[in-house]
Amino acid sequence: MTAATAGRFEAAFAARGAGERPGIIPYVMAGFPGPGDTAPLLLAYERAGSLAAEVGIPFSDPLADGPTIQSIGWRALEQGMTPARAIAQVAEARAAGLTIPVAAMTYINPVLAMGVEAFAAACAAAGIDGVIVPDLPVDEAAGLAASLGAHGLAHIPLVAPTTPTSRVARVAATAAGFVYCVSVTGTTGARDRVSPAALDLLARVRSVTDLPRALGFGISRPEHVEALTGHCEAVVVASALLDAIGTGGDDPGATAERFIRGLRGVGAAG
Amino acid sequence: MTTAGRFGVYGGAFVPETLVPALEELEAAMTAALADPAFIAELDGWLRDYAGRPTPLTLARRLTEACGGAEIWLKREDLLHTGAHKLNNALGQVLLARRMGKTRIIAETGAGQHGVATATVCACFGLECVVYMGREDTHRQAVNVYKMGLLGAEVRPVDSGSRTLKDATNEAIRDWVTNVENTHYVIGSVVGPHPYPTLVKRFQRVIGDEARAQALERWGALPDLVVACVGGGSNAIGIFTAFIEDEDVELLGVEAAGRGIETGEHAASLEAGRPGVLHGAYSYLLQDADGQVRETHSISAGLDYPGVGPEHAALRDAERARYVSCTDGEALRAFHRLCRMEGIIPALESSHALAVAERRAGELGLGHRVLVCLSGRGDKDIDTVRAVGGTGEGTQ
Ligand SMILES: Cc1ncc(COP(=O)(O)O)c(C=O)c1O
Repeated sequence: MTAATAGRFEAAFAARGAGERPGIIPYVMAGFPGPGDTAPLLLAYERAGSLAAEVGIPFSDPLADGPTIQSIGWRALEQGMTPARAIAQVAEARAAGLTIPVAAMTYINPVLAMGVEAFAAACAAAGIDGVIVPDLPVDEAAGLAASLGAHGLAHIPLVAPTTPTSRVARVAATAAGFVYCVSVTGTTGARDRVSPAALDLLARVRSVTDLPRALGFGISRPEHVEALTGHCEAVVVASALLDAIGTGGDDPGATAERFIRGLRGVGAAG
Repeated sequence: MTTAGRFGVYGGAFVPETLVPALEELEAAMTAALADPAFIAELDGWLRDYAGRPTPLTLARRLTEACGGAEIWLKREDLLHTGAHKLNNALGQVLLARRMGKTRIIAETGAGQHGVATATVCACFGLECVVYMGREDTHRQAVNVYKMGLLGAEVRPVDSGSRTLKDATNEAIRDWVTNVENTHYVIGSVVGPHPYPTLVKRFQRVIGDEARAQALERWGALPDLVVACVGGGSNAIGIFTAFIEDEDVELLGVEAAGRGIETGEHAASLEAGRPGVLHGAYSYLLQDADGQVRETHSISAGLDYPGVGPEHAALRDAERARYVSCTDGEALRAFHRLCRMEGIIPALESSHALAVAERRAGELGLGHRVLVCLSGRGDKDIDTVRAVGGTGEGTQ
């Protein structure tokens, strides 16, 4: 284990004060909005006070994603984005001074195509801290989790409202960094409200593990984040943020900063 | 990795966590239903009285003469209600879904045959039915789109990705993730996450079980060769399964070579793919070096799929079955020959199996028998064939 990487998530969650709003983990699809925009956006995410960031590596058949991320991923692929290039964007951001933890999110097939071991090594070398694979349930994940662990990377598994608590415990036992809690039975995409099932899931996760909980899928508004205070340690924000960047004019970094500060409930100086 | 639902190293269940409990529930329901004589009797009753089973075994007399070798026999799934083997599976799965208390049925479809079969059974039971179909395929198979509407199903065209079967399957899985509480997903082939490949095989193996019994009764012998086309692979698994233990029976699957393997425009996953994960299963897959799933081509929408059922991957590696391919042109020519010589209009999918069967009949020679799974009839393909024109001679 290289503590330098495994520790970034731990340190970031430990730095949160008691009673604070959940930290923000904004997502960006590598190659969005343009091929060279990922590293600058990651730096903007950090300037906005994000707890961590998530970088999507596009896949042709993203089963867990709704229309926003599907179409953004498809465009990234058409513009030549590859797993190797996506990983390189994180290395570029690190070289430019990015310090917050970064999780890569992709599907299992691109990982298998690169080779599980080579993928883990490439992520570690680029300064990625954890990996999220939404079509790799715990029953299939032992190989990837072992390779990631050997490289000091966190395997960040997902749990859903349909996951029984006994299984949540089994999933959490394989987790490092945090547990990714899916807020809805559904795909990614902005939602109007946080479902009661999400709060129930967060409580069930806490009953079986002390790991930090990040709630994702559908979180889109400042009032969602505020209402989640005390229920989880972080929220992942994806579709709503990408929609805002996509329609927000020609300075993606500034749009992102405004959006994330809004979610945090702080002004421009925060 | 788990060992549950594996065929050799292939198969598994690579799905979003949300679906895992639903797959476990389905597996438990499947195991209980298949062990319940009342369920089996209900299924057999529907297959006999509604679907029209058993289907006949027909000697292709003039075709055999023309090939000058082994006898060519056709297992007539084209005569099944709705015109293809797909109904065997749709009936089985919808009966199971009813037993599970599901009130809403979804399906994906390529050629439209599986969509029509599922819509048909849902009409029988008054169940809500939504069928996902790639926008491209709704144009290629317009008649089947209209039929599904007549049967009371809602067809949702899919505009994501390549707008064909693989994208329709993605969209069906997304629907299932969202509506898993009340919805059963009737997958149309021996693909997808465990337990689907096993479940669909169970409902399709009736093809081979019948054919084997018919062969023994009519010939007092088994066929030398069994040939079936392979899209996802359900009609092929359906006819192969009964013969797997019969080591002297050669099993041959035929994939779509489209415009030719060398052009890259084909759908021959086993011949030209590498193992990978699509739609929840680890199997051979047409993909680029980065693991992005490739676009495919076949003149027959039902074979136009970049993956293949995991059991075929295992049968191939174990060399129990062999897999070859057949181009659009070869399939078209076989289509026309069956029309002219036997008075049977075959599906373009099945025509792939026919083309290879004719070739192998000549090689095997007199005194042998080839059993072909005639998986469906060609009514749905008339527009495609008419657009090409002629009798297929001179096409690639
Ligand atoms: C008549 C017919 N045969 C074959 C197929 C291919 O499917 P499978 O390989 O699962 O039998 C289809 C699919 O739509 C079909 O309609």
